Amino acid sequence: MKIGVKVMPRKEVLDTQGRAVESTLRQAGRKLNACMVGRYVILDLPEIEKTAALAKAKEMAETVLHNPLIETFELEAL
Amino acid sequence: MSLPVGVLRFPGTNCDRDVFEALASQGARVEWLWHADRFDPKGYRALVLPGGFSYGDYLRSGALAARSPVMESAREAAVRGVPVLGICNGFQILCEAGLLPGVLIRNQGLRFIDDWMELNLVNSQPHFGRRMTAGIRTRLPIAHADGRYYIEEDGLKRLQDRGQIWWTFAKNPNGAVADIAGVMNEARNIAALMPHPERAMYEWMGGTDGAAFFDL
Repeated sequence: MKIGVKVMPRKEVLDTQGRAVESTLRQAGRKLNACMVGRYVILDLPEIEKTAALAKAKEMAETVLHNPLIETFELEAL
Repeated sequence: MSLPVGVLRFPGTNCDRDVFEALASQGARVEWLWHADRFDPKGYRALVLPGGFSYGDYLRSGALAARSPVMESAREAAVRGVPVLGICNGFQILCEAGLLPGVLIRNQGLRFIDDWMELNLVNSQPHFGRRMTAGIRTRLPIAHADGRYYIEEDGLKRLQDRGQIWWTFAKNPNGAVADIAGVMNEARNIAALMPHPERAMYEWMGGTDGAAFFDL
């Protein structure tokens, strides 16, 4: 089963990529309130059962895919 | 014969030869340690993680290198008290491995910075630059895009209270919390900094302040 992992920068940490994209969009005349840039990871896991797949993805996200000091993550079954 | 100093190499490490030569110039016997191999944690008198772009900085700087097989042995050695030095990407790897507190994130100005920096020694280090005393100033080059040290307020207070801040920038180039350029673990056997002492070994390089870091 496939699990999507959305990793976003924490609000208290300067989102440098988001800021750069935001300023480029503004310079091109687009109006926007804010822009945040994160990362989306798709894990194709051998687990067929959703709970087991989510548990495994959670462990991977906690230990490798995100750094808790600067990022948060959310999981979704695809 | 004294034990060798191990220099860790990951795909994308690019300051490995400079670090090797810097250590050899100060009399150390040096051996390479490859990222995919484990090693005897009792076999080295010190370990150095050089700068570069390990694993292409994929995921986060240092994140993939921190989880490679060689780092399992490095962790065992560090726990036993073997001195470990991280330089630039080596600093990022040690933070990602959880061997040092905090994390290095993108420079505040978003640009890669390549420049010479004045640094203040906040707390002396018993292994790397052991002859340097707190309060002195040194001059070393930096070359990084992800060099902005970040730690949450509680963590910063712990670093300050326990004397774990090693170097600070005299003039903050990247937005680092509390001007931090280098930190140590609580036991003081693991230390890392963003500047490159191996690039300041001889006058022709632009300065000689780096040599003291490799006099183990």
